[in-house]
Amino acid sequence: MVNRVVTGAHYGLRDWLVQRVTAVVMAVYTLAVAGYVWMLPSFGYDTWTEMFSGNVIRSFSLLFLLSLFYHAWIGMRDIVMDYVKPAGIRLVIHVLVILALLLYLIWSVQILWGI
Amino acid sequence: MKFRIYRYNPDTDAKPYMQDYDLDLQAGDAMLLDALLLLKQQDDSIGFRKSCREGVCGSDAMSINGRNGLACITPLSSLKQPIEIRPLPGLPIIRDLIVDMTQFFKQYHSIKPYLVNNDPPPETERLQSPQARSELDGLYECILCGCCTTACPSFWWNPDKFVGPAGLLQAYRFIADTRDQDTAARLDNLEDPYRLFRCHTIMNCVDVCPKELNPTEAIGKIKDMMVKRTV
Repeated sequence: MVNRVVTGAHYGLRDWLVQRVTAVVMAVYTLAVAGYVWMLPSFGYDTWTEMFSGNVIRSFSLLFLLSLFYHAWIGMRDIVMDYVKPAGIRLVIHVLVILALLLYLIWSVQILWGI
Repeated sequence: MKFRIYRYNPDTDAKPYMQDYDLDLQAGDAMLLDALLLLKQQDDSIGFRKSCREGVCGSDAMSINGRNGLACITPLSSLKQPIEIRPLPGLPIIRDLIVDMTQFFKQYHSIKPYLVNNDPPPETERLQSPQARSELDGLYECILCGCCTTACPSFWWNPDKFVGPAGLLQAYRFIADTRDQDTAARLDNLEDPYRLFRCHTIMNCVDVCPKELNPTEAIGKIKDMMVKRTV
């Protein structure tokens, strides 16, 4: 294969937009949970367990974590695109990052619904 | 006045080096280019580009005390001594302060920097309303000196794939022009993770532009238009 510079993958806008939307989701969740914890009369293992035993908070926490992992994927991919030149190594790193983030996701579900 | 100038002649030097110069000159109203021309009388081997000497041609862009700018409109009185002058970063060096702009102009040409209009040309000219014309303010003034693009880390990492702030500012100049009919194709051409989306809004471009233009804002407007046509 001739080593020519190729561009024109015709994507990028969605990821750029998703990065902004997930940032908002994370900011709102962080502020809401921090505010809620701040208002709790006492804070210990019991209140923490009780807080995370409801399905609403679990769902929103999962939404937060999904946003975090998607956001992290785009960020990691951007770093790799900037600094790793050989396409083969780039692909391997991309796959490893995706697999790691998927594992984190499975793990988060186990933690959230295991409380 | 003390100067430290980047010197490199690939025919004779194994490595680039910094050379110190001393010039008997009061800053006054003089610009850096005036000093460089006087230094060239001392040592005619110093290589740099210059032409209009009034910030219009964009030939004498260089790194001045670590910041890209045009020597001809940078007052000596604004600079801390020793004034360190290097070629624009991120481009191959031909000699001393002269860089090879090929990559820069390749990216510029890739955005088709000309009006595309398939209607038969009118008798006189293609008219615009004053509002439509005002859209081009802050865009058409670019002189393609390369200060912004060579200050952009995203361009340093991917000069062959990222269009760079100057090219993207010009891309928006034609996207915003009501006389142009190629808008969709222009947006398609830029919808790419490398060509447009390497911009991480670092804003070095806005910081250094000698014409005080705002490529980051233009890039944001291109993204806005892409969102508008997608959602």
